[in-house]
Amino acid sequence: MAGRSSALTWTLAAVVVAAGVIPILIPSMATLVVLILAKGIVVLGIIILLQAGQVSFGHAMFFAAGAYTAGFWGKYLGVGDLVVYLVVGTVFATILGLLVGLFVVRYREIFFGMLNLAFSMVLWSLLEKMFHLTNGADGMRVPRPTVFGMAFSPENFQYVLLYLTLTIAIVATFVVQRFLESPTGNMLRAIKSNETRLEYLGVSARRILLIGYVISAALGGIGGVLVAVAQQIATPEFAYWTKSGEFVFIAILGGVGNAMGAFAGSAVFELVRFYASAQLANSWQLILGVVLIAIILFAPNGLIGLWKRQRAARDES
Amino acid sequence: MTAIVLLEARGLAIRFGGVVAADGVDLDVLEGEKLAIIGPNGAGKTTFLNIATGYLKPQAGTVKFLGKEITAHRPRDITRFGIARAFQIPQLFLDHTVIENLLIAAAGHSGRTTLMRSLHDLPERSEMESLLDLVSIRDVADRKAGELPEGKRKLVDIAVALALKPRLLLMDEPTSGVASSEKFAIMDILVAALEKQRVTSVFVEHDMDMVTRYADRVAVWSAGKIQISGPPAEVLADPVVREQVIGI
Repeated sequence: MAGRSSALTWTLAAVVVAAGVIPILIPSMATLVVLILAKGIVVLGIIILLQAGQVSFGHAMFFAAGAYTAGFWGKYLGVGDLVVYLVVGTVFATILGLLVGLFVVRYREIFFGMLNLAFSMVLWSLLEKMFHLTNGADGMRVPRPTVFGMAFSPENFQYVLLYLTLTIAIVATFVVQRFLESPTGNMLRAIKSNETRLEYLGVSARRILLIGYVISAALGGIGGVLVAVAQQIATPEFAYWTKSGEFVFIAILGGVGNAMGAFAGSAVFELVRFYASAQLANSWQLILGVVLIAIILFAPNGLIGLWKRQRAARDES
Repeated sequence: MTAIVLLEARGLAIRFGGVVAADGVDLDVLEGEKLAIIGPNGAGKTTFLNIATGYLKPQAGTVKFLGKEITAHRPRDITRFGIARAFQIPQLFLDHTVIENLLIAAAGHSGRTTLMRSLHDLPERSEMESLLDLVSIRDVADRKAGELPEGKRKLVDIAVALALKPRLLLMDEPTSGVASSEKFAIMDILVAALEKQRVTSVFVEHDMDMVTRYADRVAVWSAGKIQISGPPAEVLADPVVREQVIGI
């Protein structure tokens, strides 16, 4: 038992060091690693909802809420500070999550998924149609912000952003893992296995799901701010349903039983996309599709499940 | 000495299409007793548990718990008032271990929904472990509920209900689905646990041996009404009951 948990600690440490060091050796990787980590943070939220057996096909709305916080700030208030973006973006996504959540937690399964999708498409069309406010389909530029009041050159900024993102990802993973082990996190899993019994314990399943939903919306907002800042733009595509689908895809790819799955899935997804789109300009989705089919058929618990299975096999031999 | 009336049902009526489950049911549950409800299949005994726990709303009539009307309340509110329920088919969190099932119940009861503390570190843990001892399932504490045989699951289901520290426990055929050789053993454990925790209990039962051996009082539910109630020896000797309910 101790051997296994220390092995996990070492693996985590190795991954964190790799995420921090590789971009120094290969500077062109810095933005890619930020995208991997930022999307992983969003996917943590998807994993929370999957504990309750619920799939949201609209979580891109919270991602967009975070991204457009940075966009609006840049357009209407001038260059802001990344820390302020993160705080305001998270608060904004959290409030949106609470409002939407009050509706969607009344539903389960396909109805839950589709209602989320509907809300996100409303946001998408607002962002697209309210041209004078949002620049429509062109999106809003996100000028390079200061960080804690300090301005950085583009070269230095990408590293500042990288290490800040890495720190947030580590903290978010720790917090989500703790949450999933808490009474509330366990009640979230109980919604999946027996909601009737949960109600007969005097617990409101809707309230528990709402807590999970709001946390997952907040994570979506954080990820949205980071991606918009890394790509220096927020567009309506951030709220589009394919973006929501991408987050669910990454969650399944990585494995939903563990917070680490979010980052494993996100790394594979972004790397496949990065290299496949360089090699096969228009058919990289095909490669991702094949990867997903292979995962579902051969590793239903995702990449993390595959890794755990290998470790277990090695421990036995 | 008059015992306190815990649960008081008056004039309950409910029908499902053409089937009359209850048509003017009056029933009191007294503090400290073990009341068995017997009756023909489909008579409406489980419906009574569903009404008393707020799962179904009667078309007429009221249910009071400690003098307070609870008829229109939801199951989770009624649970908080102090009525717990064990199910005919155990309702457990099958992906969780046995001790986790109890800890979730304890957290639900205390309202301790902290976000950053592990479920396993709850202060109620040792109390829940003694509850496992009380119903003799400590040995399976760390097994997943989904892996257990039916008899054990029944006991876990009852332990989960007891974790809520109810004043009244409603049980639907606590020994159905259990091998007949184990029935008495399970009921012995259960009754001892109920007495130790001073929980009043109502159980719907088919098996007359169970009723004779474990109930203080028995109520016969037939044709939408309580036909007769009293000490088991008296009620089960009644010729009409023998003919219509027991079938001899």
